[in-house]
Amino acid sequence: MNRAALPFRRAALALAGATLFAGCAAGPTKEDPLEPFNRQMYAVHQVVDGNVVKPIAEAYVKVTPELIRTGVSNFFGNLDDLFTGINNVLEGNGQQAGDDFGRVLLNSTFGILGIFDLGSMMGINKDHKDFGITFGKWGVPAGPYLFVPLFGPTTVRDGTGTLVRLFIGPIGYIPEVPLRNSIYGVGYLDARAQVLGGESVLDTAALDRYRFLRNAYLKNRQYQIDGKLPAEDDDDAASAGNGVLAPPK
Amino acid sequence: MLRTAASVLLLALAATASLAQAQEGPDALVKNVAEDTLSAIRADKDLQTGNPAKVKQLIESKLVPHFDTVRMTALAMGRNWRVATPEQQKQLTEQFQTLLIRTYSNALTNYRDNKMTYKPLRMNPGDTDVIVRTEVTRPGQAAVQIDYSMEKTADGWKAYDVVVAGVSLVTNYRDEFNDVIKSSGVDGLIKALADKNRDSPAK
Repeated sequence: MNRAALPFRRAALALAGATLFAGCAAGPTKEDPLEPFNRQMYAVHQVVDGNVVKPIAEAYVKVTPELIRTGVSNFFGNLDDLFTGINNVLEGNGQQAGDDFGRVLLNSTFGILGIFDLGSMMGINKDHKDFGITFGKWGVPAGPYLFVPLFGPTTVRDGTGTLVRLFIGPIGYIPEVPLRNSIYGVGYLDARAQVLGGESVLDTAALDRYRFLRNAYLKNRQYQIDGKLPAEDDDDAASAGNGVLAPPK
Repeated sequence: MLRTAASVLLLALAATASLAQAQEGPDALVKNVAEDTLSAIRADKDLQTGNPAKVKQLIESKLVPHFDTVRMTALAMGRNWRVATPEQQKQLTEQFQTLLIRTYSNALTNYRDNKMTYKPLRMNPGDTDVIVRTEVTRPGQAAVQIDYSMEKTADGWKAYDVVVAGVSLVTNYRDEFNDVIKSSGVDGLIKALADKNRDSPAK
């Protein structure tokens, strides 16, 4: 949901700044030292998102024909591909970067500004990379977990990556302000609409949505950086599964 | 005479078919179960609109038999599993299975149009624990990896964990379960699961 932050760059920046100072405060867990603060932010998000943004996103899905929504998603997905390619270069994945830029070239021209994803139709697979992943591969630690209202889960490292993209992203160079803001707005709506399904699954699955989302986010990011599953962190658990009637220790 | 021959042949065919099923590898099993479930959904309007009773029935008949829910619960409990009494273990397994069914129902309803691809299985003869790798592609988005951890049991291959984009279902629940048990004990967790299963009707 990277581009979701586009309309909120100032707020996000201020928050990132605040976090740099707050980062040294002691907190409940290693990955989430700011948990009390984050939970407050999550509560704010629930109110604003639940009452305003989510209903709009649901209405958008309901009234807009799927064909148009796909075109919108493809348009913004094409910009994502551009940054995926840039990050694959930075990570030294030349071949994948070639595919990414090939997709951008093809989709931006014959695919009419990215509205049609001809690349996928031709079997050039879509990848996902962002600056947060690249920083991680370079060895930058994730830093404290953050929940940013109207943006979602991130970390200091990943949030910084998002800001980097915001500042160099092509939409920021559009001189007409109303057009630029409209594109940001539609991009945000598209990103929000795309996570409706996942959010609904999360609602059913989680005992505590904040915690479930945080843990899933952090593990997924680690997976995107390492390309492999995190090592089993609890060796007791591995053996616990073998015998239902394993004797108590 | 011809009829006898025909029925012998049919019997032989049936025997071969069931034998083939019994020896079905873990990758073939995942593929067959997934395709079977998806085609059932595509053929039924009620399932597509997410009729809760029907989706639940579909999952119970087609998916649950292929999951080792006791082992999943034990893994999600981690070291706390040994602290739980057999009665608590039974209740936990029941509640966790219900929660998983609800979650799966929801996921199936939300993601029914996705295309699944199956990656070649790396497995040595005699292996009893393997990972079956699949990929789900959604139009216009990067593919999502879904891996099934499978074990060979007397009852055929069964899945005991599902890893979606690097997030293990079992491990994610272990963190949740741990926190709840720390604050309100095993009975507190059973109650939390039961409340969750009552409050959020599966869509």
